[in-house]
Amino acid sequence: MEYIYYPGCSLKGSDKPYEESFLAVFRKLEIPVRELEDWNCCGATLFAGVNEKMALGMAARNFALMGTSPADLIVPCSACYLTLNKAKKRLAEDETIRGEVLKALGEAGYKGELWKGRIRHPLDVLVNDYGLPAIEKRLTRRLRGLRAAPYYGCEIVRPMCLFDDADDPKSMDRLLETLGASVVEWSLKTKCCGAIVAASIEEVGLRLNGTILREAKRKGAGAVVTLCPLCHFNLESMQDKISRELGEDVRLPVLYFTQALGLALGLSDAELGLRRSLSPQLVLR
Amino acid sequence: MAERVGVFVCHCGSNIAGTVDIEAVVRHAKGLAGVVVAQEFKYMCSDTGQGMIKKAIKDSGLTRVVVAACSPTLHEPTFRRACGDAGMNAFLFQMANIREQCSWVTEDRGEATAKAKRIVTAAVRRVVNHEPLQIKEAPVTPAVMVVGGGITGIEAALRVADSGKKVYLVEKEPTLGGMMARFDKTFPTLDCAACILTPKMTEVKDHPNIELMTYCEVKEVSGYVGNFKVKVLEKPRYVIQGKCNNCGECAKVCPVVARDEFDCGLSTRRAIHIPFAQAVPSLYVLDPKSCLGLDPVRCTRCYDACEAKAIDYEMQPRTVELAVGAIILATGYELFDCSRVSEQYGYGRFPDVYTSLEFERLCHASGPTGGKIVRADGREPESIAILHCIGSRDEKHNDYCSRVCCMYSLKFAHLVKEKTQAKVTNFYIDMRAFGKGYEEFYRRCLHEGMDLVRGKGAEVTDVAESEGEAGKLVVRCEDTLLGGVRRIPADMVILSAGLSPRKETHELARAFGISRSRDGFFMERHPKLAPVATASDGIYVAGACQGPKDIPDCVAQGAAAAASAISLIDAGRIKLEPIAAEIDEKVCCGCRMCAALCPYNAIEFDPVKKKSRINEALCKGCGTCVAACPSGAARQKGFTDLQILSEIEGVLCVNL
Repeated sequence: MEYIYYPGCSLKGSDKPYEESFLAVFRKLEIPVRELEDWNCCGATLFAGVNEKMALGMAARNFALMGTSPADLIVPCSACYLTLNKAKKRLAEDETIRGEVLKALGEAGYKGELWKGRIRHPLDVLVNDYGLPAIEKRLTRRLRGLRAAPYYGCEIVRPMCLFDDADDPKSMDRLLETLGASVVEWSLKTKCCGAIVAASIEEVGLRLNGTILREAKRKGAGAVVTLCPLCHFNLESMQDKISRELGEDVRLPVLYFTQALGLALGLSDAELGLRRSLSPQLVLR
Repeated sequence: MAERVGVFVCHCGSNIAGTVDIEAVVRHAKGLAGVVVAQEFKYMCSDTGQGMIKKAIKDSGLTRVVVAACSPTLHEPTFRRACGDAGMNAFLFQMANIREQCSWVTEDRGEATAKAKRIVTAAVRRVVNHEPLQIKEAPVTPAVMVVGGGITGIEAALRVADSGKKVYLVEKEPTLGGMMARFDKTFPTLDCAACILTPKMTEVKDHPNIELMTYCEVKEVSGYVGNFKVKVLEKPRYVIQGKCNNCGECAKVCPVVARDEFDCGLSTRRAIHIPFAQAVPSLYVLDPKSCLGLDPVRCTRCYDACEAKAIDYEMQPRTVELAVGAIILATGYELFDCSRVSEQYGYGRFPDVYTSLEFERLCHASGPTGGKIVRADGREPESIAILHCIGSRDEKHNDYCSRVCCMYSLKFAHLVKEKTQAKVTNFYIDMRAFGKGYEEFYRRCLHEGMDLVRGKGAEVTDVAESEGEAGKLVVRCEDTLLGGVRRIPADMVILSAGLSPRKETHELARAFGISRSRDGFFMERHPKLAPVATASDGIYVAGACQGPKDIPDCVAQGAAAAASAISLIDAGRIKLEPIAAEIDEKVCCGCRMCAALCPYNAIEFDPVKKKSRINEALCKGCGTCVAACPSGAARQKGFTDLQILSEIEGVLCVNL
């Protein structure tokens, strides 16, 4: 069955490699994906605190574009994934606000009920729909020698945990093991990367990402593997500065899980967007 | 002859009269067919109110009575008694609940009054079809079964036995003692747990009225209040009681090393072992799971070493049947499973994170370290963090407060101070020092110099963020007094885990026919006024199986349950509710569908007549057979089709 893909702003901008690798991997695995036409901003994580109705309206317009489609909506960005899922829950539970949002959408020409399908993360789709045994059959090489530190960040598991364990998520661990990588056991899988605060208060970003990178290194990781554009950006972009300030080399490759999967499926660096990486070039090949 | 019905409407102060127009209900009742008297009173349950009913029965020759008041669970017995006193059969009475089901749940006065009228009409229509029923009596078996040999069960057993009655004390472990036997000292007096518990254990063993049944489990319960039949499975110990002289030679030669459950796995034992030095009965037990196989061909070392010839590999499980009049459940609790917070607090991941029960064993003089508080690597800790409310007061786990953790955490802090130089930090949400002498103990501990951080520990991590944290565990928490996040390093972390219902609570509740409250513990009949009784007559609950409790409360409940059981037995006879099913032999087709469904095995089959028959002593009047009977032969006294249908008509017909 076809999936509809909602990119959100990150995957079209700063995190282009995530989109490239996600689409390349799905193409390689022959999972049909089509981009949602005329999509708009998910409503953004923090904006609901300023104007909830407008934020929900923005999310709901995307749902309106889904119409009555029975397809699942794939959302790779953790922030979009959470925001859209939260908006969907809120609209389903609160009759008053649903009425107002539907009315506003009606005035803009979108009629009908709220879309009832599921919002899925690509990791969920790969592990639980496609399945690890099926993935294993498609691998052309194993990532032997890669010691990966799986890093999930917060929004994929909190406050809504829809396909994994909130305290100890394991989906990506299992995927990486299937790819032949060894997985680092560590405590910081869902620790905060500083999120957007890392951009406004640099000290916070340096401290939090420093902790994550240093611990990954201490546990012998050769790469951090993540699934969130913001985590990816934070972990990548501050490595030099953190290393200088700590007087300790914390530089590590940071990969999207789709890039790791793509490598094992035999896709090229270019196809996986690896050349755009800010973190040190991989020494995988 | 037409029945003469009297209707009595209660105001219940303002409870009913506040929302229901009583006068209108009385006027309405007067107009109903068969009603010859309709009266109202402020408190119908008072002596004066009951007197009104009795007087009306005599003066107006009433043959049926309806009281419109509260729930029948509250005052049905009161009014039945009043009717009986006035010479009427008590079952020709019907209660109309216009409080719980009407005035309390209806805001609008008009609606509430209309509903009350319907309820009264239904009761009047029903009561004219009532039949006189006779209460039966049965003798009571003068014996009590106590399930659970912890401090609560021990206390209950001793109190019942002292009154001269036979007690069967059933414990599933090989020894008495329960959880308390594993504790080091007890708050707030710091008595050594063993010193106050073991004399009682010995007293149980030596009591002429107590039959101690350790390593036994209840398998089946049947019968009814006053006359229960219980099947108990005795597990084989493979060691003969009476022959074993507790010399310990067997354990010295046993080649198998297994994890010692009594020490929470912190030490080891042999396959043949005694749970702890003061175990009662003082008798070894051979654990078949860790033994090389109970097979004399493989290993007979213990058998050969035993001079008393007390080892018997052929021992089989045995089922014992008991007849008892009352049952006391004192099955206790289990510690909240800390592996559920392994990610958050590192239990099972970091060797120096302990549960509270493990720490009890660490402090205990006969524990794995001989009472020395040391880290997993043998070094003495320089700092210890005690995290309160693990698994308690937590939406993700148990909502409730486990009551004892604040105090035992303080006790731990005191013991650490006494035995080591370590710095102690308690992380708490609220400090709950509720019992006698507890607040004083709290103050004493404060003066001994320990740190208290108000804020639940959020996380235990091994990821150091500074020099001082390197090589240590770090507790992260929000200090709600300081208003900030803190990171406090420690060498050892104790998780003050809450008390959870035992895993087998569900099965036990089913076997004994009692219910559980939302938190999973056994449910008492009334939280304030009947805390040790249950909805099943003759079955009592005591101690932590009913909810988290400290030792004084457990002992008090054990004694309370014993008193209840004693008074039940001393009454000598038990009254049986006459609301039971009956089968009309003429109609019964002998299909036996009823017998298959009856949850109380109360239906017998007469193979000659090919008819089913109800054993009234066993029938609880649940009505399952009545609903299932395809030929309409089964009928429930007090709930006949005619009675129920006329009641429904009454609700529906009122023209208001």
